[in-house]
Amino acid sequence: MAKQKTIDNRQRAIGDERQSSASFIQAIGAIVWKDLRAEFRSWELISSMLVFSLLVILIFNFALELDVKTRQSVTAGVLWATFAFAGTLGLNRSMAIEKDRGCLDGLLLAPVDRSVIYFGKFFSNLAFMLIVEAIVLPVYSVLYNTNLFQPGLLLVILLGSIGYTSIGTLLAAMSVQTRTRDILLPILLFPVVFAVLLAAVKASGGLLDNSTFADVSFSINLLIAYDVIFVAASFMLFDSIVEE
Amino acid sequence: MNQKPLALKVLDIVSLILLLAAAYLAIVVAPTEKVMGDVQRVFYFHVGTAWVALIGFVFTAVLSVIYLITKNLKWDRIQVAAVEVSVVFFLITIILGSIWARPAWNTWWTWDPRLTTAAIAELIYIAYFMLRQGIDDPDKRARFGAVYALIGGLSAPITFFAIRLFRTIHPVVIAGANAEAEGNFSMSGDMLSAFFFALFAFTVIFIDLFWNRIRLGEFQNEVEEMKLKASY
Repeated sequence: MAKQKTIDNRQRAIGDERQSSASFIQAIGAIVWKDLRAEFRSWELISSMLVFSLLVILIFNFALELDVKTRQSVTAGVLWATFAFAGTLGLNRSMAIEKDRGCLDGLLLAPVDRSVIYFGKFFSNLAFMLIVEAIVLPVYSVLYNTNLFQPGLLLVILLGSIGYTSIGTLLAAMSVQTRTRDILLPILLFPVVFAVLLAAVKASGGLLDNSTFADVSFSINLLIAYDVIFVAASFMLFDSIVEE
Repeated sequence: MNQKPLALKVLDIVSLILLLAAAYLAIVVAPTEKVMGDVQRVFYFHVGTAWVALIGFVFTAVLSVIYLITKNLKWDRIQVAAVEVSVVFFLITIILGSIWARPAWNTWWTWDPRLTTAAIAELIYIAYFMLRQGIDDPDKRARFGAVYALIGGLSAPITFFAIRLFRTIHPVVIAGANAEAEGNFSMSGDMLSAFFFALFAFTVIFIDLFWNRIRLGEFQNEVEEMKLKASY
């Protein structure tokens, strides 16, 4: 009888856990959904990131004289520099919206774990970044007559974006609460995220240079390790950023 | 007004003497290096300042954790002191290294892992101060500072490892030899004593400056509190 009871309790505990993890994911989904819906109504964030990216590529075109020969060696660098610059724009905006309209306080009042808010913002920022990248890549391919749609490269871009937005979301949440918020984010973010960008550029450069997947697997593994470290660190530190 | 403690006054004088003695050992006593000549003498101060700056940065990360757990502003003041003194020492390291690199590597600067990481670490801790400047609330300022210093302390070694993928030409004088390093040398007895004395001297100087800076932080805090009281 007693044994039956402990088993029942254990099952209930497992059930609770399952339910709480389900509600955890649900809550994250709700935040992501809110952000995406708001964005698809106004398009202000994605459109500004997109136009900005295209302008950056245009500037690089003339700054580096992207003829066929140089293009071979600098495409990876140009792409990542573009994503990094456009990324700060998006991160800043996405957090500023929350702060300005008092939305962040509302989110903080919600009876969910703080990490839910972090992951919600992280996934929606990641989604914005991936959408922009999904448009920039074909445009770049057409403009410069190079095929960027290689599965390996897409994987690298995904991994690099994860590392970039994970730490970027945390730092953006920090920088919007300061007086100098618009200029502060890139200054905080770039030195810290340097390792991710470096590994991403190395891996993409290798893949575009017709190296095999095995050649760049070291950089890719490194990228995965950085993603894990940065997501874990941001997840643990987010609490101290938003507490009032 | 609290008086400057006697121990600190003594330490001020001792640091000054040690600095002069270390300079004497490095410039006069240590023999001239055969290949590089006199410019190698920069090495003693270069490693001495780098050593204390790096310890300072590690200490900063530890202080971040302590602050985030205890939420006592005392630890924040100590952290600011540690970062500030370390940033200055690290800048000296970079400049001295650059002076040495010009004749040894024939360039002021290369994008070698150590050099790049040093530049990025310096930028991270400068960003730390810019972040703090933008926040008025002391608790929030301390919290954000601690978080950023912790992320910075985490990312600096990661960055170093990332760039390590490529070759390095930075000499490794202490422990281990790198066949591709340029400007390697081994130390004779007098060089070793000058070297270890420089390490010791800079450790003491660092502690002295650190202590002074913590006191300054406490005074700043008092002034802020007085201002707040006066405004009510």
